[in-house]
Amino acid sequence: MSDLIGYLLTGLGIGAGFALVGSGLVAIHRVTRVVNFAQGGFAVLAALLTSTLLSAGLPHGVAESGGVALGALAGLVVGVIAIGRPGTSPGTSLIVTLGLGVLAYAIEVLIWGDQPRSFPGLTGVAEVGDARVPAHYLLILAVTAVVFALMAWFFARTDPGRALTACASNRYAAQVVGIDVRRMGLLAFTLGGALGGLAGVLTTPVQQVTFDSDVTLIVNGFAAAILGGLSRPMVTLAGGLLLGVTQTVVAGYGGGAYQLEVALVLMLTVMIVQAARTGPVPEAAR
Amino acid sequence: MTVELAVGNVSRAFGGVYAVRDVSLTVPAGELRAVIGPNGAGKSTLFALIGGQLAVDAGTVALDGVRVERRPAHRRGIGVVFQAARVFHGMTVRENVMVGAHAITRAGFLAAALRLPRHHRDERRIREQAMVCLDRTGLADWADRPAEELPLGRQRSLQLARALCGEPRLLLLDEPASGLRAGERELLSDLITRLRAEGLTMLLVEHDVAFVMRLADRITVLDLGRVIADGTPAEVRANPKVQTAYLGVRPDEPHLHARGVAE
Repeated sequence: MSDLIGYLLTGLGIGAGFALVGSGLVAIHRVTRVVNFAQGGFAVLAALLTSTLLSAGLPHGVAESGGVALGALAGLVVGVIAIGRPGTSPGTSLIVTLGLGVLAYAIEVLIWGDQPRSFPGLTGVAEVGDARVPAHYLLILAVTAVVFALMAWFFARTDPGRALTACASNRYAAQVVGIDVRRMGLLAFTLGGALGGLAGVLTTPVQQVTFDSDVTLIVNGFAAAILGGLSRPMVTLAGGLLLGVTQTVVAGYGGGAYQLEVALVLMLTVMIVQAARTGPVPEAAR
Repeated sequence: MTVELAVGNVSRAFGGVYAVRDVSLTVPAGELRAVIGPNGAGKSTLFALIGGQLAVDAGTVALDGVRVERRPAHRRGIGVVFQAARVFHGMTVRENVMVGAHAITRAGFLAAALRLPRHHRDERRIREQAMVCLDRTGLADWADRPAEELPLGRQRSLQLARALCGEPRLLLLDEPASGLRAGERELLSDLITRLRAEGLTMLLVEHDVAFVMRLADRITVLDLGRVIADGTPAEVRANPKVQTAYLGVRPDEPHLHARGVAE
């Protein structure tokens, strides 16, 4: 029993990382209709920079913020390249993000090498019931909860947030109301970059980071996001947590090598079911 | 009298065929102008050229003396009400109207993200202004309902409220009466009359001639992409060219145009 509670909490912590990456995908997709394949790269960049800043002696908090800021900046840069030119179709932009993701590998290997890196997070062990869980997992959960609450507030209660939601609902009408749809797209990319960066910074202390960690993150993040049709942040949160828990439980009871497969199977199942219900899948991925 | 909207020799072609050709019109401040014409006359194209949804091939569009034909739609300061129900789904009626204030809101992303006092001030002001616009359009009771739940007529009022919240210099309405039931149509024409009395300049493109004849100060008639008449409702009604173009009747068949254009 204490094993199961432990697996659940670790799973939620890992799933929160997927949810953050996935919600970044959602933030970008609902406004721009672009599936951003560079999304996992933001997490890797942020984590790598944080490790450098920490070893340079910067205190915790500052270093992590620096990482998230780099994620946001990378998001903006990817946005400018992918959607900066008026009239670029979402399909073309998708390919651009894929290319930029690969380019990021080269840059990361050049600067940080190809060996795994990590840095310490919250130390200590928390006791929940009779289970003992590294305290950092609880930190991940707490930060994720706050971030999702802030996002809900931002999208409903601030002018830029409402403008983003308006663009997501009807670009044509949004323009007429005086919204610069392209600028909102760039804001969405920046936000997506920050969310991806946060995922990387939060999860690295419990699972290391290498230049190609983005594959795991993007597959799981996409699986979480596709649950909500790439447009609903809260469903993405639920999807991410579910994925994290499923994988940890599967791994805990003996299937440690199959974590990514679990995500892929779930993703394919959701996409097939959605396709059967609403027509072609590209509708969601477009 | 100041000229609010001046359209000068505007043309737009699609695949070599002119949808609008050398159209000019001027609308003084405070006037309610209607643009009518049969199907394919170029009304919707002209509407989109003024609103900025389409680029002009040639010609000028000026608002209060400032040329805007090269500006994107979001920087023209024109309020637009579409025929189709283009409200924002996934938001309440009130939030829809609050989005309308985006163009005149100063506090940006940072002020919101850092929760600066300026953001709170702006948010309160926008909320109050949205409520005023909801009152003006008779939507106050619906403020907290999801926008997509409103009946079609109310969705059009919502578009109007949203446009008003942006304090436009000019309001464009695309066939506002189409698809509405008689009661809704009355409400709408009352509302337009009220806005007219408040001094708002409006240009409405309309298919329903009777609706326009009652409301408009002046009417511009398009046919085959060109202006064929321009005048008061009475003048336009009496114009034989209008009768021919609009109803497909010749002036030598008086029994037909007596029934149509003359209401």
